[in-house]
Amino acid sequence: MAKVLVVTSGKGGVGKTTSTAALGAALAQLGEKVVVIDFDVGLRNLDLVLGAERRVVFDLINVVQGVAKLPQALIRDKRLENLWLLPASQTRDKDSLTDEGVRGVITELRTKFDWILCDSPAGIERGAMLAMRYADEAVIVTNPEVSSVRDSDRIIGMLDSKTVKAEKGERVEKHVLITRYDSGRAARGEMLSIDDILEILATPLLGIIPESQDVLRASNVGSPVTLNNATSAPARAYFDAARRLMGDTVTMMIPVERNGLMNRLLGRRAA
Amino acid sequence: MMNLLRLLGGRTASAPVARERLQILLAHERGLRGQPDLLGLLRAEILAVVSRHVVLDPEKVIVRMDRGKNVSTLEVDIEVPHAFERSLAVAAT
Repeated sequence: MAKVLVVTSGKGGVGKTTSTAALGAALAQLGEKVVVIDFDVGLRNLDLVLGAERRVVFDLINVVQGVAKLPQALIRDKRLENLWLLPASQTRDKDSLTDEGVRGVITELRTKFDWILCDSPAGIERGAMLAMRYADEAVIVTNPEVSSVRDSDRIIGMLDSKTVKAEKGERVEKHVLITRYDSGRAARGEMLSIDDILEILATPLLGIIPESQDVLRASNVGSPVTLNNATSAPARAYFDAARRLMGDTVTMMIPVERNGLMNRLLGRRAA
Repeated sequence: MMNLLRLLGGRTASAPVARERLQILLAHERGLRGQPDLLGLLRAEILAVVSRHVVLDPEKVIVRMDRGKNVSTLEVDIEVPHAFERSLAVAAT
């Protein structure tokens, strides 16, 4: 049965699009049939991160308004035959997205895919609401930083009240994905720890993505990190997270800092 | 370099401060959730009831909630047009 998963956060710049691309690709690499939808109307970027920016002809708004059929707007990844993209519109007004229209698109996609990943825009406005509206599950992308954790808490409140599942008295299954985690800074007490974040948000952990140059390098070349450098630390963390989404039990690896010469010379302080 | 600065400056870990601030703030914000909707609902219903008898400018109906330590107040401020006073006078005669 198809699963609709929203990747959300409230705060911008925490890694929603990067994580949608990496999780979508990882699920496809593990044999699942996946479509990723960009809900950020007016500021689309998922196409760019996936390296499909020159192949966009029709978009989500065109489908919602009946200008194009769904199969015409879907872009198949050139490297992963199980991965598809439904891009956002770059030019349209974000109000052209309607609840009815989104429901129609999701209903049709459910018959064709194993996973429907909705990349939410930042904020708590219409676009973010519609991205989570039909979700069965949610990945809340959080950085170990106060403003990100506060916004995640707000989004968790919305997932529990504004989604179709919540309105029917059911629950959207929620997971926290911690990104840009720097183990050295956490150990020195400069950054909220994993335990702090999980205790505050009271939501189970899907994975910990370490801060890494590999993530930036992957988006620079338009390739999800799980494809661009599958053995890198962030790619392995995304693969583990994807397996957990599929129901596997995978031991949580907490990234540890390789103790650099500079650190040793300067004497790190443990918290 | 940051390590060196920290050693010289003797700064302490800031994460526990972040954690405590978040816990206090979120406990407060979770309690407030749903409040704006309640006020909107009250405002709409009060407007509907009064409008049955008086023509009102919806912009001039203000509903405000003040949460004090011991007492909370609900303030409803409705500005009525001049015609309302005249119709009261007519009704009294």
